[in-house]
Amino acid sequence: MLLLTCPCCGVTAEETEFAPGGEAHLKRFGPGSSDADYESYMFNRKNPRGVHFERWRHAYGCGKWFLAARCTMTLEVFGTYPAQTVEPPAEIVAAIKAKRPEWEGFA
Amino acid sequence: MSHRLKTGGRLIDRSRDVKFTFNGKHMKGFAGETLAASLLANGQTLLGRSFKYHRPRGIVASGAEEPNALVGLGKGDRYEPNQRVTTTEVFDGLTCETQNHWPSLDFDLLAVNSLVPQFLTAGFYYKTFLRPRAFWKHVYEPVIRKSAGLGKAPSPDARDPDSYEQIYAFCDVLIIGGGIAGLQAALSAAETGARVALWEQTAHWGGRAPVDGVTIDGQDADAWVAATIAKLEAMDNVHLRLRCMGAGVHDHGYVLGYERVSDHAPGTDAPRHRLWRMRAGQIVTATGAIERPLSFAGNDLPGVMLASAVRDYVVNYAVSPGQSVVVVTNNDDAYRTAIALRQAGVGVPAVVDARAEANGPLVAEARAAGITVLTGKGIRKVKGGKKVTGVEICRIDSKGTAFTEVFDCDAVAMSGGWSPVVHLWSHCGGKLVWDDTHHFFRPDASRPPLGADGAGFVRACGSADGEMGAVLMGAHEAGLAAAKATGASGTPPAPATDQVPDMAPMDAVWMMPRNAEYDLRMKMWLDYQNDVKVSDVQLAAREGYQSVEHTKRYTTLGMATDQGKLSNINGLAILSDALGQPIPATGTTTFRPPYTPISIGAIAGGATGPVFQPLRRTPLYDWHAENGADWEPVGQWRRPYTYIRAGEDRHKAVNREVTNARTNIGLLDASTLGKILVSGPDAGRFMDMLYTNMMSTLKPGKCRYGLMCNENGFLMDDGVVARLSDDAFLVHTTSGGADHVHGWMEDWLQCEWWDWKVHTVNLTEQFAQIAVVGPKARQLLERLGGMDVSRDALKFMEWSEGRLGGFDARVFRISFSGELSFEIAVPASQGRAFWDRLLAEGADLGVMPYGTEALHILRAEKGFIMIGDETDGTVIPQDLNLNWAISKKKDDFLGKRGMEREAMVHPDRWKLVGLETLDGSVLPHGALAVTGGKTANKQAETEGRVTSTYYSPTLKRGIAMGLVRHGPNRMGEVLEFAGPNDARIKARIVDPVLYDKEGAKQDV
Amino acid sequence: MSDMAVSALPGASYAGFVTVAEAGLRGMISLRGDVAAGWMTDAVVAATGCAIPAQRRVERAGDMAVAWMSYDELLILCDYAAAPALAAKLGDLLSGQFATVANVSDARAVFTLTGAQAGDALAKLCPVDFGTLREGDIRRTRAAQVAAAIWVSGPEEMTLVCFRSVGQYMFYLLSRASAPGSEPKLYA
Repeated sequence: MLLLTCPCCGVTAEETEFAPGGEAHLKRFGPGSSDADYESYMFNRKNPRGVHFERWRHAYGCGKWFLAARCTMTLEVFGTYPAQTVEPPAEIVAAIKAKRPEWEGFA
Repeated sequence: MSHRLKTGGRLIDRSRDVKFTFNGKHMKGFAGETLAASLLANGQTLLGRSFKYHRPRGIVASGAEEPNALVGLGKGDRYEPNQRVTTTEVFDGLTCETQNHWPSLDFDLLAVNSLVPQFLTAGFYYKTFLRPRAFWKHVYEPVIRKSAGLGKAPSPDARDPDSYEQIYAFCDVLIIGGGIAGLQAALSAAETGARVALWEQTAHWGGRAPVDGVTIDGQDADAWVAATIAKLEAMDNVHLRLRCMGAGVHDHGYVLGYERVSDHAPGTDAPRHRLWRMRAGQIVTATGAIERPLSFAGNDLPGVMLASAVRDYVVNYAVSPGQSVVVVTNNDDAYRTAIALRQAGVGVPAVVDARAEANGPLVAEARAAGITVLTGKGIRKVKGGKKVTGVEICRIDSKGTAFTEVFDCDAVAMSGGWSPVVHLWSHCGGKLVWDDTHHFFRPDASRPPLGADGAGFVRACGSADGEMGAVLMGAHEAGLAAAKATGASGTPPAPATDQVPDMAPMDAVWMMPRNAEYDLRMKMWLDYQNDVKVSDVQLAAREGYQSVEHTKRYTTLGMATDQGKLSNINGLAILSDALGQPIPATGTTTFRPPYTPISIGAIAGGATGPVFQPLRRTPLYDWHAENGADWEPVGQWRRPYTYIRAGEDRHKAVNREVTNARTNIGLLDASTLGKILVSGPDAGRFMDMLYTNMMSTLKPGKCRYGLMCNENGFLMDDGVVARLSDDAFLVHTTSGGADHVHGWMEDWLQCEWWDWKVHTVNLTEQFAQIAVVGPKARQLLERLGGMDVSRDALKFMEWSEGRLGGFDARVFRISFSGELSFEIAVPASQGRAFWDRLLAEGADLGVMPYGTEALHILRAEKGFIMIGDETDGTVIPQDLNLNWAISKKKDDFLGKRGMEREAMVHPDRWKLVGLETLDGSVLPHGALAVTGGKTANKQAETEGRVTSTYYSPTLKRGIAMGLVRHGPNRMGEVLEFAGPNDARIKARIVDPVLYDKEGAKQDV
Repeated sequence: MSDMAVSALPGASYAGFVTVAEAGLRGMISLRGDVAAGWMTDAVVAATGCAIPAQRRVERAGDMAVAWMSYDELLILCDYAAAPALAAKLGDLLSGQFATVANVSDARAVFTLTGAQAGDALAKLCPVDFGTLREGDIRRTRAAQVAAAIWVSGPEEMTLVCFRSVGQYMFYLLSRASAPGSEPKLYA
């Protein structure tokens, strides 16, 4: 069972305090978008073996959503950061690069 | 015969007798010992029958690894099968009975299985019960069920009277195992200032060292253990637990500990078991090692025991397993047993050592004590039926066709070497490495389990790490390193020094004799509990099994309740030998938690009875309960389905409530409805995104019904929105949807439109909400007084707030029944008083509460949809003819893009209609309309389904709604619905609004 | 109309190895808005006399307290009867700002746990390290299967706030967790 640190209230808590929200940094495609874009927004997920960005909500705590960079294979958590961003911040990218030099980067 | 020694016993209190019964027979033990020791002290060596062959079995071990000695413990409500006597502390009044025999322990008819063991070889069940298929259910299944399982399940009527609990705990360093290595690791970690927890699964600190005669800093181990415990107890940063087993190591330092709080002292107020949910920064496993049996013919007879266990019983409990004990070994350690037995005055006819030479200090000590040592020899077979009567010896390198010596004896102490307890290391991914010196797998420190930070979080020390000599320095280093890894900075003093004798190398002996013939091999047990023998594993290998995981499942090796603690290494050594490959190439099976079985009670914790799950109560719950509420769960809420009066059944009660609401006044507890405040400068913009219809144009003081869809366009929730002010809306959601909708709003606000200025506050529980419904509703409110609720002052779909009858009220003129209706919200704390007041003031007007079923019927008569009935997560608003509630003016709203997809605009979608049976009966729930044709898969072709169906007391016949292909274009057409038992029910497609289509009654 | 108001479980109490008591009606106001903003400080100080609490802390002044719930949410605790007027006052003080004031006094049940072993009882329900909590801390978490906020409100006192609808469930939980004889002796 994971331990995660909520960047919004500073609490490090076990997974049961949080609710998972799937892949992070999805771009919403609304009316007027192509079928392909809409499909990718709704249904296509990276599901990588390795570095992954996820949405979590501190459901039993401060109620805030935040994002986590995590390795799906080792469960290592590279860092958590606020949800109000469209891509992983530089310090998170650096932390991942330091641990996973072979990582191809966020795309 | 096993017996109590006159003197000795470091753990027993001879001044305190303990009385217990075994199979109804009264016996006596001493306080401080295990049930196993007490039974042996009473001469009871036969303790059960094996699983397949019903072979007589006795105690093999002295701890958690025991495979044989399982009993049914306790009586009645406290009866529990399969309890290990070696881990059960004896107490006054204990009762136990043996298992898996018929008719009696001494005389078991099913032991005939043992006479023809070749019939029950590896894969017996797969091979035997395969054909004919017709026999599966009525012949094979009953046969297998009868012979399956160990012990008896408790009576289905039994109710466990004990309490159980769980507890969350935290520490920097958790040390599992309270032997001398664990104690030193704990001390060294604690002296750095780190928060330390130390668990020991038995009732005593110190582990094996005091039994093995280890000296520490010149004193005996017991003295050092006592002093160290005293030191640890005096430290504020140390938490010690006896009787607490490390059951499993999980991700990110999560460890489950199984504390048997009062198993040894029943009848106290304490919980029976407590499950520790520990989060540790670092973990040190000091879980020791388990001795391995040797594989020789008859190694399962009662009286054949592990050498270390024999030593434990002699030294700890002053119990000898026999009058005359032959020791058989491939290593030096077992000589300790021979010496301990001799010192206790027990006969040791010989030590049979498989090695060509035996010259270590312990061997010399044994020889000096006058013990005969035979080298290069092994046991050919053990003689005896239900107990050991002697052993035949042969040359270790022979086929065992003939014996070289015979010894009379009544017990055998065997040692095949040791296996570190690597379970906890392995649970979370720690890897193992094969040790060629000691012939065991030990933790590979370079490949530990990885924690949240990507670094290893488990260390092993002592014999759990494969250290078979002095352990304290290694334990100190492990404890210190663990503490440092958590950020501790203190420097502990140097550790104590443990002095242990030198040991000559062991010899790998996986079968005794090495070239044993089949007759002997088929009597060599690997897995005692599941009756798996050397010959079974060899057969599996011949049949093509190569993977150790497959072989395990095929032969059932290691699959019993002891999970192969004794059999694992021996079994895979035999497999490797049969496959002609080294042991590390074969590998091990996976170690999975828990280390030994833990109680279901501990897993459930306290979540039983009223706290099994949360039950949400409205402020009117008690009134409902006192007035005949027939409860219905709605999410975690409990709502009255109806209120049953004397002489009524549910159906009658529901009809009464419906009719009364249509003729007088009905009251509904609508407190469970979600109520979410949405406020801020961008609230209108946000509401327009949430709802399919336009909400930003709603005027303050007005209400509007709205639909919420998910991004697929599927209908998710509905309800009435009230605009409170220019920048505030009150959103009503369905009862089950409040938390979800609130979370949905927050998700969009926090993760997508974070620059929008909108706040949400979930006010669901702030208000008790009561619907006052029926032609006389206004009359009742006017009696309360304080607010103008006249038709013109408070129009349909308006709200106002004020003091109603002295209550702080917000009144919504909305209707989900088609009647004149007011929904009134008052602060939850005033809810009960308000409800009571309505009942009192309206008594002569015929006021009467109604439940959720009447609510459903009232809305269905009006053709109103219900989320969860008309919707199932695949229904879009257009399917329900709700196009009027979908704005065409808005560029965007959640779900708009999804609704544009081809499948969503397809003309063949099933759409909402009313359904009227030709005979007036009530259609079955969920019934499908069948065309009479067949699909491509040769199944009945369908063209619709019933979504809501009720008996309408207003219309005095069955009414229903359903989704039907091209439904709205087929008014008047008669469909056939499939009922139970192939019945076909005819129903006509009609308008879903069956009552007051013009809406005259709600707008009066 | 507070004379007609009743709390979730009036008078409920249990004397175990800690004493559990339903605390009766408490005034509570949810205040949403940027906690770090100067105008927020001004309004809160003016209305309550309390300073803005630091992350996961509670500030007290007289019979008022202000708890940090999130970076954009404060919970103001006050006398039950005073809550509507206080909410109105805050509304006035914050008019023109992006802030939301809501009286949530009736939405909650409040329990007081008294005794040196309060943390030992709560450790059976909450995945929280009570060894690290200090007086004046507030921790929002989970108690068994429902949300709860735990405020270390005194040297041997903890105040637990949960939703009103699960007040009875919470009382059962707290009573079981503090049953005599089940002392875990973890923190005290």
